[in-house]
Amino acid sequence: MKTYQKLIFSLFLSSALAGCSMFGGGDVGGGTNGGVNGGANGGASTEGIDDSDYYAGHPLDNPSSPLSTKVIYFAFDSTTVEPEYGPVLAAHGAYLAANAGVFVMVEGHADERGTREYNVALSEKRANTVQNLLNLQGAGSNRTEAVALGEEKPVAMGHDESAWHLNRRVELVYPAH
Amino acid sequence: MKRTIKSVFFLSFMLSFSAMGAALKIEITQGISSAQPIAIVPFSSQQILGGLAVDIAQVVSDDLARSGRFKPLARTDMLSKPSTSEQVNFRNWQALGQDNLVIGKVTPNVNGMLEVQFQLFDVYKGEQLIGFSIPTSHSGLRVAAHRMSDLIYEKLTGQKGAFSTRMAYVTSMRDVMGKLEYKVQVADADGYGTKTIVTSTEPIMSPSWSPRGDKISYVSYEGGRSSIYTQILKTGQREKLRSFKGINGAPSWSPDGSQLALTLSKAGSADIYIYNVISRSFRRLTKSYAIDTEPDWSPDGRQIIFTSDRGGKPQIYRISVDGGEAVRVTFEGSYNARASYSPDGKHITMVHRVQGEYRIATLDLKTGLTNILTDGRLDESPSYAPNGSMILYSTNDGLKSILAAVSSDGKVRQKLRLQGGEVREPAWSPFK
Repeated sequence: MKTYQKLIFSLFLSSALAGCSMFGGGDVGGGTNGGVNGGANGGASTEGIDDSDYYAGHPLDNPSSPLSTKVIYFAFDSTTVEPEYGPVLAAHGAYLAANAGVFVMVEGHADERGTREYNVALSEKRANTVQNLLNLQGAGSNRTEAVALGEEKPVAMGHDESAWHLNRRVELVYPAH
Repeated sequence: MKRTIKSVFFLSFMLSFSAMGAALKIEITQGISSAQPIAIVPFSSQQILGGLAVDIAQVVSDDLARSGRFKPLARTDMLSKPSTSEQVNFRNWQALGQDNLVIGKVTPNVNGMLEVQFQLFDVYKGEQLIGFSIPTSHSGLRVAAHRMSDLIYEKLTGQKGAFSTRMAYVTSMRDVMGKLEYKVQVADADGYGTKTIVTSTEPIMSPSWSPRGDKISYVSYEGGRSSIYTQILKTGQREKLRSFKGINGAPSWSPDGSQLALTLSKAGSADIYIYNVISRSFRRLTKSYAIDTEPDWSPDGRQIIFTSDRGGKPQIYRISVDGGEAVRVTFEGSYNARASYSPDGKHITMVHRVQGEYRIATLDLKTGLTNILTDGRLDESPSYAPNGSMILYSTNDGLKSILAAVSSDGKVRQKLRLQGGEVREPAWSPFK
């Protein structure tokens, strides 16, 4: 999936470079047809630039890294982490293992349905599940802390599933970041 | 993400005990036809210079109407407005179909104090049932009126009145910066005299009255983590209980005021603990890998009911305060939580899920019968009146959470609207 996205991005970039003289790429040999098979026309050739390898920001903010995902959503009344979050938690666990001074708050939340204190306990179970997965990746238990906030801090204010699914979550909060 | 970090680590916090003018507006949404007709005549206050700031007869009338057991006569339908027994013509009141009549007057007492006198009559027998004289001040007129409501209610129903009690609840509202602000407020049972006892930018939840009504314990997330506080209402001073890693929640006072049942998760999962107020020691009561939370004491102080998902779904269980085996109490439905005992210990009220909607229900502990009292989607936090007549709860009214009350037989319902934000987690105070 990710490779595919990169490819599309490269193709887009190559056509832009070929087709627009402003970038200084299209004037080689006066080429105007920088298509998918760029290089076939007038001896000019184009190349893509995959700049995701040159990301200069903080690794936790890198949009092409699973580290940029910091919210894990849950099914109703569930404390199970869905398989799609496997790479996300693996990346955060590895990041914590590789960066000794980094600490993360694992904040559990619930939707508004049901009672408030039960939801606090439910959100703690969610946070504990995520915390355990991070620890399995070598994060170390002194590097993570689970906080159970129940339904007290919703991010979506509605009273239907479209809001509830956004509120059933665990947030990874890096205080120093 | 930065926003969350700030809210956790750069909190501002303040304590206040300021009076607020905003009152709850109460509307009765469902009544009963068997309500007793009663006439409460406006009180005479001719001898009071400058008059009175409180319409005593109206306060009493509103109290009795709110109980659902009485149907006060409209003033415009009154043929006369007597304030002494000599002025009463019982036939007039019989013709208006009234069972009972209340008349009274307010007169000056020594040192600028006041004297409220009232009489309750049986209209058909033409005799006085009770007559009282209550010394008070101008600022104490509402209190005196609620005392009158209690006396009238008790005489006519045989049940102690709960009009002089108060309620605590949690509000959340966005401030001018758009940031949520959480408060615990205390108001009279009729919604007047709202006072804020604590304000925080982090969540506050689960207010619980001490049995004497002089303290309130609650959970506060100030500092980003949960802790339990006990606050003295009169002074605003509060004490933080020793807090532990994980959940510090669901405080519930024992009937004798010597202990608090609460939830801690320091041993891995949420369990019920007993905190001794005098020795400041904690004793673990439940030991399960499941969620155990929301404890409440039986009126005799010997049992504790709590919510547990040890059977897979949240249900109510009961355990002796001395420990031992927990016994499952609820069997109807796949979600029963946050139970509390009725004052006589014969029923519990709880949140009960029916077809995906959360309602307030009672369970008769003897017969095992569940009675669903409300029809909301997201009804929560039921709390019995100290006389067992009504249950306060929170409900969703369109877009926001408001308070509501239902009679414990489900027949009378009312909504209590407070201006502004969300209002939830009502806790009815004990008798004074």
